[in-house]
Amino acid sequence: MSAGGAEVVGQDQVAPVEEEPRGVAGLWRHGIDNLKSGNLGVLPIALGIVFIVVFFSFKATNFFTANNFDNVIIQMAGTAMLAYGVVFVLLLGEIDLSISYVAGIGAITVAELQLPGSGHVVNGLLAMVLAVAVCGLIGLVQGSIVAFVGVPSFVVTLAGFMIWQGVILQVLEQRGSIIIQDRWINYTASYFFSDVAGWIIAAVITGIYLVTVVGGLAGKRRAGVAIPKPGLVVAKLVGVAIAAFGIVAVCNHAQVPHGLPLAGVLVVIALVLLTFLAKRTTFGRHVYAVGGNAEAARRAGINVSRIRIIVFIISGATAAVGGIILAANVNSVDLNFGGGTLLLNSIAAAVIGGVSLFGGRGEVRAAFLGALVIATVSNGLNTAGYATGVIYVVTGVILLLAVTLDTIARRLQVRSGR
Amino acid sequence: MDETPLLQLRDITKSFGSVQALSDVDFDVRRGEVMALVGDNGAGKSTLVKCVAGTHTPDSGRILFEGDEVHIHGPKDAAKLGIEVVYQDLALCDNLDVVQNMYLGREEHDLFQRLKEPIMEQRTAETLKSLAVTTINSIRQPVATLSGGQRQSVAVAKAVQWNSKLVILDEPTAALGVAQTEQVLALVRRLGEQGLAVVIISHNLHDVFETANRITVLRLGRTVGVFEREKTTQQEVVQAITAGVPTKVSGIPQTAGATP
Repeated sequence: MSAGGAEVVGQDQVAPVEEEPRGVAGLWRHGIDNLKSGNLGVLPIALGIVFIVVFFSFKATNFFTANNFDNVIIQMAGTAMLAYGVVFVLLLGEIDLSISYVAGIGAITVAELQLPGSGHVVNGLLAMVLAVAVCGLIGLVQGSIVAFVGVPSFVVTLAGFMIWQGVILQVLEQRGSIIIQDRWINYTASYFFSDVAGWIIAAVITGIYLVTVVGGLAGKRRAGVAIPKPGLVVAKLVGVAIAAFGIVAVCNHAQVPHGLPLAGVLVVIALVLLTFLAKRTTFGRHVYAVGGNAEAARRAGINVSRIRIIVFIISGATAAVGGIILAANVNSVDLNFGGGTLLLNSIAAAVIGGVSLFGGRGEVRAAFLGALVIATVSNGLNTAGYATGVIYVVTGVILLLAVTLDTIARRLQVRSGR
Repeated sequence: MDETPLLQLRDITKSFGSVQALSDVDFDVRRGEVMALVGDNGAGKSTLVKCVAGTHTPDSGRILFEGDEVHIHGPKDAAKLGIEVVYQDLALCDNLDVVQNMYLGREEHDLFQRLKEPIMEQRTAETLKSLAVTTINSIRQPVATLSGGQRQSVAVAKAVQWNSKLVILDEPTAALGVAQTEQVLALVRRLGEQGLAVVIISHNLHDVFETANRITVLRLGRTVGVFEREKTTQQEVVQAITAGVPTKVSGIPQTAGATP
């Protein structure tokens, strides 16, 4: 951090720091200020999840159980992975309609590469890497058409939607489905950590967060810029620790399946890495810039085409990971893979989480929270014995509610600004 | 102060098809002065600025920067010389905060492309302070929440942050209220006082007389004359803009005050 610090001036030129009340009162005012300016943060969706959980706990006796908690994690994993890619694409103000069938291509790739007796069997781990590479390549091609030729992403990826669906049908036409037997591939959905390993993972996650926060604060102090309110920092730290250890505690309490699922860990790792990419790197900054004002980004010397293409590669790659997890969950790939609600649920997850369809606004965590909402609702309605139709209706209503709330908040923001 | 003007344009000619946008235009800006570029619609103000910014290449004529002839083929060349243009649309990303906009495309980062936020934040605060832009509450608030005058100030601060020598402002006060206009005009004067060469394009003669040291009038792609603010009146400039008063002699722009 101090490499470019030669020009840093003395302590007397500290940036103006607003005097803010400390402690609980300060936190409360911070929240109120955010509300007034239309920055709702995770508050509405967190309340929504709490409401959903409480509701179904009363509605279905076997909903609020440790076993079901493990189920929800695995059910949300695939959608969350696809939704991560959706967040980046939406941040640009683009759309990727091909992801569900690209996920299918990823799943078929791993399935083919582990198929015994096919003559092209590779190690399961390598198969997964290759699948991600294949889908990244698909993203590269689709993104290049969008970036260089200027065909709207809606059209390019709608074409991709049809093409990759066609490829899946063609490949599986005779066989109907491919059974996945490779244990590494199946582990992505069916491996559960032992109790001790779970605790270690919780400790590591909390530790990494602690180190990151302290490092960030140190850097800010060195540069003499405003430091976030200590109460807020401590509250976040405690929150992360409680979440990490709480989740492990519940998972370890579960009977069948027992322990922390690898799928959940993968989703969290992706969340951390992609959040870092979006918020802490020049690339992420440029994604937000292109989504906010592509012309301004171009004039600022940002290679807009390069950013667009990389984002579509990310979208393809996350779709592949999601596809592998979804296939592993049923130990097979069949003709219908990637159909149904996968695409729309993935986009809905990002949007429910608060990502704007018009670009430039949203966080990676939106995908995580949105996928959690969708998985919880669908799981709860299933557990309570409702039909699939009801699940679709409720998911649709939640989507509409979330976006309506966001739109109103955005209007307030504009009003508070001018 | 240096005797040679920072930027000298000589006999700049530019045509688009059959439309002669600029013919033999001369234009000078010195360090530490605010030069206003005025003229009616279609007088060639924007075209002239775009020739300096590298968006257009003149058909003929010479551009001298710090006394040396330069060829500007794109915005990057202009930026390398220290020429920054603040266009009317400001080119800000509304969704990004002030710091992020100030460093857009030139972020401070380490080997792993990690952003050095604290340094950027601290330097942004310094730049704004040095320009006496004090109305912005928090430099971590999105630009969308700023007023028009504040946005203009951020755009100007962004332009001068990179050791620029010449800042060109395209209609900086268009669409601003009275108080905000004053804010921005004060900022423009301050830039000149800090030794920068400033070109301000404006339709508003009030703004021009509030800020400029000298005024260049263009009419139908030709230089009508260069006026010293203290030796001229609004009427005289208006007349030059609308009717044209030929005071230009063999490539050297004369000050109208000397040859009435």
